[in-house]
Amino acid sequence: MINKIFPTIADALADVRDGATIMIGGFGGAGMPVALVDGLIAQGARDLTIVANNAGNGETGIAALLAAGKVRKVICSFPRQSDSHHFDALYRAGKVELELVPQGNLAERIRAAGAGIGGFFTRVGFGTELAKGKEVREIDGHMYVYETPIRADFALVKAEQGDRWGNLTFSKSARNFGPVMAMAASVAVASVHKIVTLGEIEPEHVVTPGIFVQRVVLVEQEALAT
Amino acid sequence: MSTTTSPTYQRLTRDQLAARIAQDVPEGAYVNLGIGMPTLVANHLPLHREIVLQSENGILGMGPAPTPGQEDLDLINAGKSPVTLVAGGSYFDSAESFAMMRGGHLDISVLGAFQVAANGDLANWHTGRAGDIPAVGGAMDLAVGAKQTWVMMEHFTHQGASKIVSACSYPLTGVRCVTRVYTDLAVMDITPDGFLLVEAVAGLTIDELQRVSGVPIAAA
Repeated sequence: MINKIFPTIADALADVRDGATIMIGGFGGAGMPVALVDGLIAQGARDLTIVANNAGNGETGIAALLAAGKVRKVICSFPRQSDSHHFDALYRAGKVELELVPQGNLAERIRAAGAGIGGFFTRVGFGTELAKGKEVREIDGHMYVYETPIRADFALVKAEQGDRWGNLTFSKSARNFGPVMAMAASVAVASVHKIVTLGEIEPEHVVTPGIFVQRVVLVEQEALAT
Repeated sequence: MSTTTSPTYQRLTRDQLAARIAQDVPEGAYVNLGIGMPTLVANHLPLHREIVLQSENGILGMGPAPTPGQEDLDLINAGKSPVTLVAGGSYFDSAESFAMMRGGHLDISVLGAFQVAANGDLANWHTGRAGDIPAVGGAMDLAVGAKQTWVMMEHFTHQGASKIVSACSYPLTGVRCVTRVYTDLAVMDITPDGFLLVEAVAGLTIDELQRVSGVPIAAA
């Protein structure tokens, strides 16, 4: 019998190693899997590379992971925010490396990894600092930049409902990077607010099919960062 | 040069500028309004036109802010403020959202800017100052992905420098991507020959506009 449901977050994250690359879903606070990130801090792995849209807000989630000194590098599109003080301080002190990626390139590079695509050409970023040194090609009269896939050892994703096969639904705009990150990681860990029986999610309403998800953990509705 | 109000013409307020842009958004358009000043355009879209707003974080059919007490923190806009969904709206993941933005499906992208050059180059993501932490978000995607890229900005910096320029001095967001510029002084198209005046505020001549802007602007 397939059963991807793990009893605790500690069980689901037990094998994260130092130096791992970890994708973390969320756009600001929406979709940020705070409980899973807290579990990652408690688990203790360090020297991590984090792939996420932002570099933490306030004191929770990625901000707490950064503050705990667990992160070597952040790959993201939008680190600078009004309450990103933990990232800001570490970056200015040279204690965390930043790879800045346009948000659509970030999503597509993650998707490419999940889809077995060895990269792609995009117009986005051509002629800018963020495309410096990258291969370019003219296609149909426009200049395109070659972008490589981003894969990860783990993806931490906050979903809404999940079943023992790993089928997931999400909540509104909290979906954001969750589905593509689940595809691109060797081990995708989804926190869900509700575990349902097989078939309870309408097949037409499954957002992430279970093949992309290795572990599901029940987490009660979290207080979201405001 | 001074940016104080000239005796012969008045600069538009931010809301007047937003209303001027909203007037040009046609019935049936799919539109992304960038973070900052462009979000004001939503408040002025004509109610008799059906216009669909897209938000990069995975919303099509974004509605206005909820009434106080009705906020849902799973439903936010690109600026991370609570919003609502209109009937017919939908949610999707970031890769699909950026496929809409990059794949030429949006009719209009409205962006703020530090500078716009006569060739359509856009600078709006990074000051380039040492010590400033760079953040790009969806700016580069929005600059080149839509059918039309409009810029909404004040004509001058706080220091009084023109933000329409012959060549951008700030780091570029996109190359030759802007199609139209709306400022608090004028509306200008970008053509292969540079800026083309569409209209200026009442009392502002094209000669005066060129003088304060420091770049050639062709008459329509």
